[in-house]
Amino acid sequence: MARIDLRGIAHSYDPDATDPIYALEKCDLTWRDGGRYAVLGPSGCGKTTMLNIMSGIVTPSEGRLTFDDMDVTEIKTAERNIAQVFQFPVIYNTMTVGQNLGFPLVCRDAPKEVMVKKVNEVAETLGLEGLLDRRAKSLTADQKQLISLGRGLVRDDVAAILMDEPLTVIDPDLKFRLRRKLKEINEFYKSTLIYVTHDQNEAMTFAEDIVVMDRGQVVQIGKPKELFERPRTTFVGYFIGAPAMNMFEARVTGKNVVAVGDVEFATETDLSKTSTDNIKLGIRSEFIELAAKKTKNAIQVDIQRVDDFGNFQLVSAQTGHNAIKVKVKREVAVPGKQAWLKFPKSRCCVYADEALL
Amino acid sequence: MDLIAKGLTYKPEDEFHLNDVSFGMQKGELYTILGRTLSGKTTLLKTIAGLITPEGGRMLFNDQDLGQVPVWERNIAMVYQQFINYPHLTVFDNIAFPLRQRKLDDGIIRGRVMDSLESVGLTGFEGRKIQALSGGQQQRVALARSLAKQAGILLLDEPLVNLDYKLREQLREEFRNIFSDKVSSNSILIYSSTDPLEAMQLGGDIIILDEGRVLQQGPAHEIFENPANTRVAEISNDPAMNLLSGAIDGSKIVIGDDIKLAVPAHFKSLTPSAYTFGIRASDVSLHQKGLPFKVELAEISGSETFLHVQSGRHTIVGLLDMVQNFDAGDVVNLKLDATRLYAFGQDGALVSSPFAGDF
Repeated sequence: MARIDLRGIAHSYDPDATDPIYALEKCDLTWRDGGRYAVLGPSGCGKTTMLNIMSGIVTPSEGRLTFDDMDVTEIKTAERNIAQVFQFPVIYNTMTVGQNLGFPLVCRDAPKEVMVKKVNEVAETLGLEGLLDRRAKSLTADQKQLISLGRGLVRDDVAAILMDEPLTVIDPDLKFRLRRKLKEINEFYKSTLIYVTHDQNEAMTFAEDIVVMDRGQVVQIGKPKELFERPRTTFVGYFIGAPAMNMFEARVTGKNVVAVGDVEFATETDLSKTSTDNIKLGIRSEFIELAAKKTKNAIQVDIQRVDDFGNFQLVSAQTGHNAIKVKVKREVAVPGKQAWLKFPKSRCCVYADEALL
Repeated sequence: MDLIAKGLTYKPEDEFHLNDVSFGMQKGELYTILGRTLSGKTTLLKTIAGLITPEGGRMLFNDQDLGQVPVWERNIAMVYQQFINYPHLTVFDNIAFPLRQRKLDDGIIRGRVMDSLESVGLTGFEGRKIQALSGGQQQRVALARSLAKQAGILLLDEPLVNLDYKLREQLREEFRNIFSDKVSSNSILIYSSTDPLEAMQLGGDIIILDEGRVLQQGPAHEIFENPANTRVAEISNDPAMNLLSGAIDGSKIVIGDDIKLAVPAHFKSLTPSAYTFGIRASDVSLHQKGLPFKVELAEISGSETFLHVQSGRHTIVGLLDMVQNFDAGDVVNLKLDATRLYAFGQDGALVSSPFAGDF
C-alpha cells in the first residue's frame, strides 16, 4: 500500500478549447496510507473523473500523481498496482471461487504454494472459506462483490483499492454485512480504500474521512461529524443530512449578530470583517428547538404540516418567504398553527458568499 | 371498495410469488406495498396491470372482473423504476403522447397536459426539450405523463430506487404532495417500496407483503404502532425492530442470562410465559446505569448514528441522535426503554403493544 498524492491535478476533457470546462478543478490532495475514504457528491460532480485519474483510465490534463513520491501520472493502469471494484461484480462465472481469487497471482506467475496460502488467507478474512470450490456463478451478489474485492487483496503490491458505488446491486439487508466486512479488511490489511458514492449514508457509514465534491471542486474534507455540524459551504449543508440544512438569507447587524427579515439571531461567529451582502444563516433541523412563547434567538412561524415518520416527526413551517424544517421526537406535541422556533447560538452557521465563516 | 383482490395466487415454478393475496382499495387513496426484495411486489403490480395472469383468485375493479378485461382496456398506468421519456420530444409532446395515441380531442389533450404539468410543478416548461431538464425534472415529466392518462389505477414500482440519494429525498416529498392533490382523487395509487421511511412519509395505507403473502394492511401509523407479528415488525422498521426471545417471570422480563427489565404497565395482563420481545432501535439509548454492551459497529447516516452492539447471544441496534463516534470493541451502557416494549407470542403474533395495550 502507498500514500497517494494529487499535486495540482486538474482535468478537462477538452483542454485545448479557448475556455476549457474542467470536470475536475485544480486540486491538491493526499490519501494517507491505510486510510479509509469516501468521495461523495451528486452525478456530474467530478468524483468518477478523480477515481479514473488515480486508476489511470484518465490521464489528467494538468498536475502530477504520485504513489509514495513516485510519479505515476503517465503509467498505464495495468502497471499501477491499483485494484478496482465496480458497481457490478466482475468475476469469471465458469471458475470456482478459489480460482477467481487466485487469478491475479496466476497472471503474475506466482508459485503455487504462495498462491494457495494467500487465497486461503483472503478467503478466510472475507468469510468465503467454505465456498472455495463452488462455481462463482452460484453465489449471491454480495459474495460476488467480495470476490471482486478479494482479487485486490491477494496481491501484496496493491497501492490502493478503488471502489465505484460497490453496493449498488446489493440488497439493503446485506449492505450492512458487506460494509462491516470492508471496515474489518481495512483494519486487518491496512489497505487504502477509496469509495466513490452519491449516497451520504454509504459514505458516512464507511469512511473515516469524506471528500465532498461539487461541480468539479473538492469543497470539504472531513469526518462525518464535522460535515454534519460545521458544513464548510452551503452546498455541503444541503447535501449532507436529511433533511438538508435550513438556509436563510440574512444580513449582518452586529459583531456576532445576523438578521433574517427583522428577527435578529446571536451567533458565535465573528462577523466584524465581512464585507459581502451575500450572507446566509444555516441551522440543522435537528438543532432547532420548539418554544411555546417568544424567547431570545427565536422566530415566529406558521406550522404548515407535520409528517409522521414513526420514530420522529418532521415539522414544515413557514415565515415570510422562508421555509423551515424541524425534526422533533415522536412524543413532542407540535402546536397546530403557530410556534416559536429557537436557534441555539452555538448551532448557528453563518455563510458569506456560500462559504462558512 | 373499488379494487378488490381475492386469493390471488401465482406460482410459476416451485415458489409462490403470490400466495393467497387479498386486499381492498378505494378511489382517491394511496396504498404502499412495502416488502423486501423478491417479496412479490413487482409480481403483484404486474398482475393488477394484466401483465401476469394469476393461477388462482380474482380481482374486481368497480364490480367488474378484471380477469375478463384485456391489458389494453384496463385503464391502468404504470411507472417503472427507470422513468422513461422520449428525448427528442418537448415536455408537452412527451406528456401528450399516450393521449394522442388514444386519439383524444386536441383541446382535451391540451387541458390534461397543462393540468398534470401544474400538479408536478412544471408549469411553463411545456416547450422545453427533455435534455434541457435536470434529472429531477425529467422524472416529474414521466410522472405527469402517467397522471395525464387519468387512469383508474396508477401503479408505481419503486419509482425512486435508481435515483441519486438527494434527488430521491426531494422527489419523495414532492410525490407526497402530488398524490394528496385533486389530480389523483379519481384514481387508486399503488406504490411499491422496500423503504419503511418512504412508506411512512407517503402516508396512506400500507400493505406488508412477504414471500408473496399479505401480512398486514392498515394506515401507516397503525402499522407503525401495532405491527401484527414479528415479521411485520422487521419489515416496517429501518433498522428492523430488535427481537429478543425471553420470558416474563414474576415482576421481571428475563432475556438470556444478562438482560433483566421491570415488567412495564402495558404488559400487566400478560401471563408469565415465554415471549419474543420487540424494541425499536430508537427506544434504545445511552444511559449511565444501562446494561453493558460491546460495540460491533457504529454506522453513521447524515444525521443519526446506528449503533450495532452485542451482549451474550443478543445483537441489537440502537438509533442515536446526531453523529456520534464509537470504535468497535468499545463498551457502552444502553437503556432499553421497557415502556416501549412489544410482546409477541410463540407463533409470532402481537400480544401487547405500548400504543394499544393487549391484543
